[in-house]
Amino acid sequence: MGVVVQRDACVGAGQCALVAPDVFDQDDDGIVLLLEPEVEGALLVAATKAARLCPARAIAVSA
Amino acid sequence: MGASPRIVIVGASIGGLTVAETLRQEGFDGQIVLIGDERHRPYNRPPLSKQIINGEWEPDDAGIRSESEIDDLGIDLRTSCAAEALDVAGRVLHTTQGEIPFDELIIATGTEPRSHPLVPTALTLRTMDDALAIRDGLRSARRVAVIGPGILGSEIASAARKNGADTQLIGRSGTLTFGGVGALLSSRLVELHEAHGVELALNAEIVGASAGAGGTSILFADGSSERADLVVAMIGGAPRTQWLLSSGLTVDNGVVCDGTGSAAPGISAVGDVAAWRDPYTGTPVRVEHQSNAIEQAIAVALRLVHDEQVSRPVPLFWSELHGTRINAFGWFDQGLPFEPMDDSPAVLVSRDGTGRVHGAVGWAAPPREFRVARAAVAESSTLAPLH
Repeated sequence: MGVVVQRDACVGAGQCALVAPDVFDQDDDGIVLLLEPEVEGALLVAATKAARLCPARAIAVSA
Repeated sequence: MGASPRIVIVGASIGGLTVAETLRQEGFDGQIVLIGDERHRPYNRPPLSKQIINGEWEPDDAGIRSESEIDDLGIDLRTSCAAEALDVAGRVLHTTQGEIPFDELIIATGTEPRSHPLVPTALTLRTMDDALAIRDGLRSARRVAVIGPGILGSEIASAARKNGADTQLIGRSGTLTFGGVGALLSSRLVELHEAHGVELALNAEIVGASAGAGGTSILFADGSSERADLVVAMIGGAPRTQWLLSSGLTVDNGVVCDGTGSAAPGISAVGDVAAWRDPYTGTPVRVEHQSNAIEQAIAVALRLVHDEQVSRPVPLFWSELHGTRINAFGWFDQGLPFEPMDDSPAVLVSRDGTGRVHGAVGWAAPPREFRVARAAVAESSTLAPLH
């Protein structure tokens, strides 16, 4: 499954990097950095949770 | 639920929309009706007091999902539609656009700001239209008075200074507060505002106001007065439950729910309007933070689709004042020590005698350092009840 982030929509809440630290990080301004664009298994579960928690809907997880 | 069950969600902000989206993602294939009383499609509220009022963003930039995305999810969004009454036994919602029968109902109507009882010309902020009125006022105002010592008051004062207006921030408790952090950051906030030219009047008792062509004069108990072109009052809000008065639901500073957000069979509530019973203390608690609305919305959707229980959300909130980013996560007992971490001076933590970290604040903190503290709070919160 593929993960896509929209950095210009990100508001820096940091939920993604907390619940899926192997998939997401934040730059010095708190804006999302994508570490892992292809995820399976536990990482997919974590990335899906992160997408849902994101207040800016800046994360999409798709097949 | 029946063959083609219908879930009706009252309130089309982040809480209501997140319920709808999560229901679909989890495979719910019945009808979803999402009603909102505003004319706008769902948008995020945190930018209202930041990017919208200071003019950096247009309203569309705060939108959460486009109309086509909402259509693609099969969500029947009805804007400019207000709930008027709820018939719990008959399973019918009465709205300004007619009756809507439901199998499950989610209440996500949020709060509405209190108007200042003594300063009727003061604007207040909850909706996009409120924010646009403040933005327009800020464009021409040379002198701005902000009443209210909380996060929103601070944010509006920060925006007013950014626009170059002389700005006064008025409170009466002697301190500035920051949501659930309470007054623990007051001295830092005072220093930050003063460094950016905000005049602070934090022990000011307002006794009246008079308005005229020259703006509003606010009168204080000590006999002094302050004139401003624009006055904004952010003095708290009340849950929007008027439409539930005849419903028979328990409403006591919010819709009282059990620990899973259920208010009655088939009826749930999420977000600012909802008072979920705390699993540890048994007390219904309302939390007015966006992250809480999102997490409660996810929890209710998972319960409806899978009967799944989700752990209690940990409060998360943030602000940006005069360019300084402030993040908070967790609980802040005003009596516990609140100190910078040894190796991360930009992160302040609330720690009890056993060493458990109850809450963390990042004050212009590097995101990775703040996350270490957040992880400590999250870990502590799973061991045993913190609050």
